[in-house]
Amino acid sequence: MPVRDPDVQVTVAGDGARVVHLSGAWDIRALESRAAALQSALRDAGPAQVSLWDLTQIQRFDHIGAMLVWRTWGRCRPSRLQLNREHEIFFGACESAEAVASAPAAPDRFPLLLALGRGVWAVSRHVLEILELFGQLLIDAATVVRQPVLRPWREFSAAIYKIGAQALGITALVGFLIGVVLSYLSAEQLRLVGADVFIVNILGVGIVRELGPVVCSILVAGRSGSAITAQLGVMRVTEELDALSVMGISNTLRLILPKMAAIAVALPLLVLWTSGVALVGGAVSAKAELGMSFFQFFSALPAAVPEVNLWLGVGKGVVFGVLIALIACHFGLRIQPNTESLAAGTTRSVVTSITAVIVADAIIAVIFSDVGWS
Amino acid sequence: MSGAPVVEVKGLWTVYGDLVVHRDLDFSVMPGEVVSLVGGSGSGKTTLLRQMLGLERPHRGSIRVFGVPLHTCDAGLFKKIRKRWGVLFQHGALYSALSVFDNIALPLRELHAFDADFIRDIVIVKLDAVGMDKRHASTMPADLSGGMIKRVALARALVLEPELVFLDEPTAGLDPDSSEAFVKLVRDLHIKLNFTVVMATHDLDTLVSVSDRIAVLADQKVVVCGRLDEVVRYDHPFIRDFFLGERGRRALSAAPALQTN
Repeated sequence: MPVRDPDVQVTVAGDGARVVHLSGAWDIRALESRAAALQSALRDAGPAQVSLWDLTQIQRFDHIGAMLVWRTWGRCRPSRLQLNREHEIFFGACESAEAVASAPAAPDRFPLLLALGRGVWAVSRHVLEILELFGQLLIDAATVVRQPVLRPWREFSAAIYKIGAQALGITALVGFLIGVVLSYLSAEQLRLVGADVFIVNILGVGIVRELGPVVCSILVAGRSGSAITAQLGVMRVTEELDALSVMGISNTLRLILPKMAAIAVALPLLVLWTSGVALVGGAVSAKAELGMSFFQFFSALPAAVPEVNLWLGVGKGVVFGVLIALIACHFGLRIQPNTESLAAGTTRSVVTSITAVIVADAIIAVIFSDVGWS
Repeated sequence: MSGAPVVEVKGLWTVYGDLVVHRDLDFSVMPGEVVSLVGGSGSGKTTLLRQMLGLERPHRGSIRVFGVPLHTCDAGLFKKIRKRWGVLFQHGALYSALSVFDNIALPLRELHAFDADFIRDIVIVKLDAVGMDKRHASTMPADLSGGMIKRVALARALVLEPELVFLDEPTAGLDPDSSEAFVKLVRDLHIKLNFTVVMATHDLDTLVSVSDRIAVLADQKVVVCGRLDEVVRYDHPFIRDFFLGERGRRALSAAPALQTN
């Protein structure tokens, strides 16, 4: 017998009783496209307890079909029901799994205040945990100084390569372009007032003191910060962190300390590299725009930019590097073993470390505001 | 056990570089059966399972599921077939970002046919069917035990009322108690709902207690496929090691089909 579409028929028997006949395939495949229509047809058939329900003509049946009928019955069996024996179990399942209506959570009374409080609480917890991590790293560093066998040289050099050497290309490209653009824009303005020669001062101080360190640190935060967070996060998910702990190997000493040391060493060097390339870009642009020779540009540089600016740039590199590493490792260690948390942790790590770099730069700028001017 | 086979694999070759995994392999599953695939590590059980699911393409040969050639049919038909089967992955493959409830509700929501209330009722029915308490509905997969993950994954696999269920190592990583309970659950559901089961497994107890037929993968093909007693009588080094070693004898002694021997 071919399988027919699901159907609802209402007839009136000889004694005046209403009989509802259900027939055809009442399974998910058939109901998928007709659920709404059948639901309203069942509702039109009248209240469950008044009629006789004849379900014997149903050819295919499953939990979905049973639930559809069950719900129009108002979650209880009608007193008069004819049912195939093999379909009994589906209603049995509906009965035993009586749904509990979950009470909606009471709305908060002061949502804004609560959100503010939660925000402050979260931020202060993050800050405390980062401080704690930093303290742990200091203790680890002291241990490493006293016990030379523990020094994680291999991890350190691998991290230097990944964070430093592999970033040379991208930082050079970005630095060069920024130098070119900055030089071009300044040259236009300087030519108006005939102060061409001051291009060296603008570029020198601007790049060596500010742009080099900040641009380079933002690149490293995006590139290596996210990588560190994701790596630690996946190690949490795959229980590698726990495996290290149970072997008595310190996570912070073996994984985090070398990474932080590597960034603290590699980032200042990258800062020098980026600033240097940016100055070359600036010189190229100055030659094209103002006809200033390379020799003229670079020989005027030492006089225009006192040496202390260079050290300021390098120092910023160290500070930003430690910040990036701390934040990346902190968020990496907090990741829970699920995909959502991994995504959120990596995003938060990158956003926080870039923000932290810029905030720290502003603070340093204020502290050293009267240092390094010729 | 009548009608056309639900799964029919013919002349299947799987080749990775120089490595031949399947050589001219034939295999079929009839409606309503529970067929187990056994074989040593690297014998290509999981690969065969993945090919039957359309996740991997065989080098040569055809795979028909519900009579439709999987790798040559058009995308619309393939999509329909995918709604008619359910899959239990080895590690559950629950979506870690979704709660237990949302994991089970997801396939139903994707149909865009039922309202939220209806879906909630169905999910509770399914949770109940696999023996999970309603309390766990809002739990995240990361907070579940291994046995519960398998149960939730089974509920998710069964939520679209599949006619064919694939189980990949259903009891791997479970303790003997939960493993036995899980096998009993699968058997009960199979009797109630009468779906067809294709199962890849290592576990002798599982094999013995639920399979109607056993297919032994060795020497790059299905060397024998039949009832337990037929398989045990077949002479092959893998079968001797697997079924007639000490562990095998212990498991077989519990099998009703062989007690007459």
